[in-house]
Amino acid sequence: MDQHDPALERLIDRIHHARSQRAPVDIRGGGTKAFYGEPPRGEPLDTSGLAGISSYDPSELVVTARAGTALADLETALEERGQCLPFEPPRFSSGGTVGGMVAAGLSGPARANLGAVRDHVLGVTLLNGRGEVLTFGGQVTKNVAGYDVSRLIAGSLGILGVICEVSLKVLPVSPATRTLCFDWDEDRALEQLHTWGSQPLPLSASAWHEGELHVRLAGAAAAVSAACTQLGGTELAAEAATSQWLSLRDHTQQFFALGEAQLAGGERLWRLSVPATAARVKLPGRQLIEWHGAQRWWRTTAAAREVRGAAAQVGGHATMIRGVDKSDGVFTPVSDVLMRIHRGLKQAFDPACIFNPGRLYAEL
Amino acid sequence: MSCTPAVAAPTYPSREKRQADLVAALAEILPFGSILFRKEDTVPYECDGLTAYRCSPMVVVLPETEVQVAATLELCHRMGAPIIARGAGTGLSGGALPHQWGVILSLAKFNKILKIDTAGCVAIVQCGVRNAAISEAAAPYGLYYAPDPSSQIACTIGGNVAENAGGIHCLKYGLTLHNVLRVRGFMVDGEPVEFGSQALDAAGLDLISVIVGSEGMLAVISEVTVKLIPKPRLARCIMASFGDIESAGAAVASVIARGIIPAGLELMDRAMTAAVDAFVHADYDLDAAAILLCESDGTPEEVAEEIARMEAVLSEAGASRIEVSRDEAQRLKFWSGRKNAFPASGGISPDYMCMDSTIPRKRLAQMLRAIEQMQGKYGLRCVNVFHAGDGNLHPLILFDAQVPDEMRRCELFGADILETSVRLGGTISGEHGVGVEKLNSMCVQFSPAERAQFLAVKRAFDPLELLNPGKVIPTLHRCAEYGKMHVHRGMLPFPDLPRF
Repeated sequence: MDQHDPALERLIDRIHHARSQRAPVDIRGGGTKAFYGEPPRGEPLDTSGLAGISSYDPSELVVTARAGTALADLETALEERGQCLPFEPPRFSSGGTVGGMVAAGLSGPARANLGAVRDHVLGVTLLNGRGEVLTFGGQVTKNVAGYDVSRLIAGSLGILGVICEVSLKVLPVSPATRTLCFDWDEDRALEQLHTWGSQPLPLSASAWHEGELHVRLAGAAAAVSAACTQLGGTELAAEAATSQWLSLRDHTQQFFALGEAQLAGGERLWRLSVPATAARVKLPGRQLIEWHGAQRWWRTTAAAREVRGAAAQVGGHATMIRGVDKSDGVFTPVSDVLMRIHRGLKQAFDPACIFNPGRLYAEL
Repeated sequence: MSCTPAVAAPTYPSREKRQADLVAALAEILPFGSILFRKEDTVPYECDGLTAYRCSPMVVVLPETEVQVAATLELCHRMGAPIIARGAGTGLSGGALPHQWGVILSLAKFNKILKIDTAGCVAIVQCGVRNAAISEAAAPYGLYYAPDPSSQIACTIGGNVAENAGGIHCLKYGLTLHNVLRVRGFMVDGEPVEFGSQALDAAGLDLISVIVGSEGMLAVISEVTVKLIPKPRLARCIMASFGDIESAGAAVASVIARGIIPAGLELMDRAMTAAVDAFVHADYDLDAAAILLCESDGTPEEVAEEIARMEAVLSEAGASRIEVSRDEAQRLKFWSGRKNAFPASGGISPDYMCMDSTIPRKRLAQMLRAIEQMQGKYGLRCVNVFHAGDGNLHPLILFDAQVPDEMRRCELFGADILETSVRLGGTISGEHGVGVEKLNSMCVQFSPAERAQFLAVKRAFDPLELLNPGKVIPTLHRCAEYGKMHVHRGMLPFPDLPRF
């Protein structure tokens, strides 16, 4: 990207200033995920000046966009050429940006089958804590020159640098998509999903909640239609299905609506990331299961320790997505050896510790 | 060619004394038979698949348990000895090249498949398990491990993780990174560590992303949890001939532009098809300037639909001949040539150097023309085989190491290909890694600040720089030297001096 771009130069000046003052900055795109992670600290550093799609050639299956580009604009541009971001990044409210999407690293319903944000990041240009413009990765799918820093940036919550531009692998929209419905309890639903998962079926998403399982199939028309016959169930009308998967992606479904009263009453929304075949997680409250069992959302008043314990017991971890009281930490603490590496990496990218301090873990 | 450049020159009185000290200390923690140090015993470890580079290791150890690996690391760390982890030694960029003051940590004995979880579609395997052995073990359950580097019958999963290995099928199924959930191993001081998890993500930074492809420079891997995927019910392959290389390149872009992601999409030029056909009799069209192999897999319905679409696109793109595999035997025959491209090149030339870079698909034809010109410039022949679907090139430069100057010209030819790749918007390594082979080219692709950032990442894991030191990240000094040499390319001062 052009190193003399005025918007980029302004960011560099801000970084030099913040560094000399040792004054933390709170990197912001659209601000739609301010609720996510530990509370932001520092002066806002707005990346929305760096906007626009830098290059897009559908035959390369790659799009490069600057960090402040609206996610909605990017997805519209891809849609016009019959392509998409296969990991279905959530839009919790309008105005989310490409940079925020990568920094948060959150993926939607298709994640279990098509991969996460980080799997589709091919390259990134970022500003480190010294105000240096660095590019890692590139615009090609296969690239092993140097460490894969660009994928490390995905989900790093801005603690390593300011994302300026990213290149993403895109995919053609599936020619056919259909959604099937089954009235099954949790055990039956998961068991069936795992049986299907080990067969060559065009599964693309699943969601289970209160006795109802939805399964999305996507791929070549012939394959999807053959799979529908094999799986059975009741088919959901196309329009209803689309809006349902979108509302799941964006947390606009009833399940995710935690009102003031519920939050004040100590109810919190947790994301448990566990092995897909993990045993049933038992907590008080309500559950919604995605990713064929690998992502289990819980609305619960249980203490953080209890939720984390339940996740750890089956080999997973738990993240508090929404809640008033964050005093027990949003993210599951990592082992001592991993924390040492985290501290080393923070030091390596942001020695003055100015970028989003404490947003991921208090000591970073 | 000699050893990896030392990061800092050691100050030991003599190599013999240092070796004796290391062997004596290692003998305290390992069975004596697991320690090799006599020249005749360590010769097999002097190089990896990049045989042009050789170096005699000080000591080779072959631990059998994780406890022994940890103890070896702890000891080497304490004694300040560089450690080079090694799997099957099939790497093509010299990533496992020994360090003259270092210990080769061979993980060949870690060859057990620990668990195949059919419901969860994962396998837990020790690092020394061969890539193909995973798919063989999973086959009875209708599952397989997708990344398939051409060395898959010999290369190990630990090495695949270290290099982020690819293969023919990664266009559709992803690289090693996309198919690995968790890696267990040890830090440089022997402390156990686990990256990733059995879930789809782990808490904190996504460290497994930097571990995969880190070429043994950040941690030592002992166990890997990989994803298994259901074996497609059917696969069929199209062989399409093209009268000129431009239309073959354009056909590749057209297939992708039409929304088709083939299970494999490979291109071979005429010189390559002639060499492989003589080697395995794959019934290739020897009149074609280039042939494409384009595969579809999935359910029979899906494959029928996709093959029809592919055929239409390929003939529209000007294919002069299209043949679709009738059955599995014919499909395998189509692929036999592609899979034997490297050995076949060995049959037509005493030596060859396999290059590996990636460019945007739309630049394929341009790149092929550039390579053709380079053949004249360096006075060497080059045959081409590409993972065209993802723009990953493997030009094989043919040379004879016995002929004075050919090795040097071959290296310059290779560097030219890599630099052209960067200029065309690509990268100096698609899947073979940087190792020692591409240290100079790293100076071309990355700025001093970017290289310094890589080094800082390494130090976050390995502050003393003892794990595979001197690989992947060139020093500032080296890049400065390379920059100077560049001006006079082809007329190097002191061409016989080793340059690291």
